[in-house]
Amino acid sequence: MFGMVTRRLLAGLLAGALVALAGNAGAGADWKQTGNAKATKLEQCVRPTPEIRRNHMALLKHQRDVTVHEGVRKTPDALAGCIDCHVNKDPQGKPVPVDSQGQFCSSCHAFAAVQLDCFQCHSTVPTGR
Amino acid sequence: MKKIQFSEWGISSPRYWGLLAFLAAVAGIGGLAALYMEHHGHWVTGMTNQVVWGTPHIFAVFLIVAASGALNVASVGSVFGKKLYKPLAPLSGLLAVALLLGGLMVLVLDLGRPDRLIVAMTYYNFKSIFAWNIILYTGFMAVVLVYLFTMMERKMNAYSKPVGVFAFVWRLILTTGTGSIFGFLVAREAYNSALLAPMFIVMSFVFGTAIYILVLMYAFRADGRPLGDVVVFRLKNLLGVFIAGMLYFTLVYHITNLYITENHEFVAFVLRDGGIFTAAFWLGHMLVGGLIPLVIIYHPVLGQSRQWIAGACALVLVGGLANMYLIIIGGQAFPMSLFPGMTIIESGFYDGVNGLPAAYSPSIPELLLGLGGVAVALLLTTVGIRMLRFLPASLADEVADPHGGKTAAAH
Amino acid sequence: MNTEPTDAGRREFIGKAAAATAVAVAPGVLLHAAAEAAPRGEPVTSKVRWGMLIDTTKCADGCRACVDACDKENGLDLQTRPEGEDAGKWNQQRAIWIRKVKVRDNLTGRVTGLPVMCQHCEFPPCVDVCPTGASFRRADGIVMVDRHICIGCRYCMMACPYKARSFIHEAVEEKLTHAPRGKGCVESCNFCVHRLDNGRTTTACQDACAKDGHAAIVFGDLRDPGSPVAKALAQHQSNQIRPELKLNTGVRYHGL
Repeated sequence: MFGMVTRRLLAGLLAGALVALAGNAGAGADWKQTGNAKATKLEQCVRPTPEIRRNHMALLKHQRDVTVHEGVRKTPDALAGCIDCHVNKDPQGKPVPVDSQGQFCSSCHAFAAVQLDCFQCHSTVPTGR
Repeated sequence: MKKIQFSEWGISSPRYWGLLAFLAAVAGIGGLAALYMEHHGHWVTGMTNQVVWGTPHIFAVFLIVAASGALNVASVGSVFGKKLYKPLAPLSGLLAVALLLGGLMVLVLDLGRPDRLIVAMTYYNFKSIFAWNIILYTGFMAVVLVYLFTMMERKMNAYSKPVGVFAFVWRLILTTGTGSIFGFLVAREAYNSALLAPMFIVMSFVFGTAIYILVLMYAFRADGRPLGDVVVFRLKNLLGVFIAGMLYFTLVYHITNLYITENHEFVAFVLRDGGIFTAAFWLGHMLVGGLIPLVIIYHPVLGQSRQWIAGACALVLVGGLANMYLIIIGGQAFPMSLFPGMTIIESGFYDGVNGLPAAYSPSIPELLLGLGGVAVALLLTTVGIRMLRFLPASLADEVADPHGGKTAAAH
Repeated sequence: MNTEPTDAGRREFIGKAAAATAVAVAPGVLLHAAAEAAPRGEPVTSKVRWGMLIDTTKCADGCRACVDACDKENGLDLQTRPEGEDAGKWNQQRAIWIRKVKVRDNLTGRVTGLPVMCQHCEFPPCVDVCPTGASFRRADGIVMVDRHICIGCRYCMMACPYKARSFIHEAVEEKLTHAPRGKGCVESCNFCVHRLDNGRTTTACQDACAKDGHAAIVFGDLRDPGSPVAKALAQHQSNQIRPELKLNTGVRYHGL
């Protein structure tokens, strides 16, 4: 039905649209957190940023077993540590839940469409008590 | 005995689709109820920190126990070589799988975190009978499917006996596992007994046979297939023997408890002081689920009537549910004996103050989920007998009786 | 009057000795403080077994200090009744890790009050029955739930001979960083494991009971003969609740 030229044109348009869409998404390789969180002032995360981006779920999953079953709390991989660093404070100085819309976690997770299970149980703000 | 043909269930299309629509609706409502419970949390149910297993578990355990027993009809044919039961075997296998699936569905959907089912299938604590049950239940379905294959594929018929024996043994282990869910618990006086495993096995025979008879009678009548007295009377007599066995286990269970002084309060609770639980025992389990069906089955006149037999089967199932209620809810409601020789006069966690049993009232979502499981089981059975050749074309006396119709005359 | 010039050498010696002592002692003091507050870096071992002795003769009638302290420490006081739920039913569904119980002897009429919580058995039935292994006994004797793999089947609640566990029936809106808890899982007293893992050695209930002046709860390392709980157990008669089950609980009671 479509001639060769038309097919190539359509393929090119489709590819271009996908690239444009990807480029417009919130998280890209150069994305940095904005706001008044501790993390915004730091060079990198507890591990090099590309590594932690790719592996944070595996690191957390391993660490949860180590903490719960072996009682080890002195670790850079603790979830509480992530929250401590990445939580933003609102103008009144109160911490904003780290998983709410536009905040640190969902800025990637919404784009990647991966549901967060952590905060059904874990606190979204450092409670300090 | 003539060779028996099998054919798909032939009721009219509108009736079939109507039945499917009804069952699907009940199953769908059950699913919605499960979604509601999972979304809001279990506070919407009647279950509490004192009575942690409720109506869904009553239905789930009932269906799982019945599933194991439903296969018994096939086992009597394959394992014990009774020719009359051979044509009854395919339906028996189908019912076993369908009932188990329905029961498992209810059990899984009631979990606090059903989204973690994959965790349940990948993290195993092999000291837990629950973990073994996961393997036993799923394995059972696979074994029965293979068993059905050997029965229904002519070239595989030679294997139906060894596979049947394997399925029979698997079934006994499975029901032992189900009874042991309760039998292994030291914490509560109602459980903590080696008797519960064989008791559950006998109960499985009772529930499974009763459901089988009802499904067989309905399917044949709806489709106008002849169902002779030889088959029906054999099955009803079998049911009668199993009911007697179940009553025997009940007797031994309570008499043994009567000898154990520390269990006296519990026996009094079940037999006299438990209010609704006492009613569930005497009225539900003993009368409706045991003695009345037994009388009907062995009565010289009533035991010959199809309606009365069907009625007895239905009563058995009602009594069975009452017994499940007694075992599961009653066992939890009875105050735990934390301080023998003392009375708890105050507690911050409902520890049976002054001997008061824990309160539980079934909620609508729980009931809908339980019924949904029943509907799923019946739905699978309906589709099965319609799509494949599970039902014998005729079970008239001349066809079904291994003695060529002479047994009926002897009655 | 002494007009002798002061001996600079002696002063110098005393000064140096004092300085040396301070240098020797100070790091010890600092290290001790640091060890108290430091998060654990090495896995727990069974060299320690945490346990408790509860002196029911000191447990005050009507006092709820331990219960309130536990609620506050673990975020249980943040639980809110879901909208539309009946208050009576909510009381039966809300999580409780420690409760006060009052018992009366059937023969003598003697009344005893005591707090009851997870008994941290050596052979916990709840661990045996958990299908996923979420309910487990840690090397240092704490029996707890790994809520990452708990599927919420409540079998452990059926199995517990002390009815110590609670199921979380509702979505948890507010929780503490050091005490995560969420809908659909099971929980119970964990001997304030978040404190122990960060170097502290007391539980919230023990501190509250001591603060209120009763000091009925003594917690510590059962394997350390010098610990307060070991010394108290050596001194006082004690027994387990439901000793015939032979679960070798970590919580013992005096005066029961």
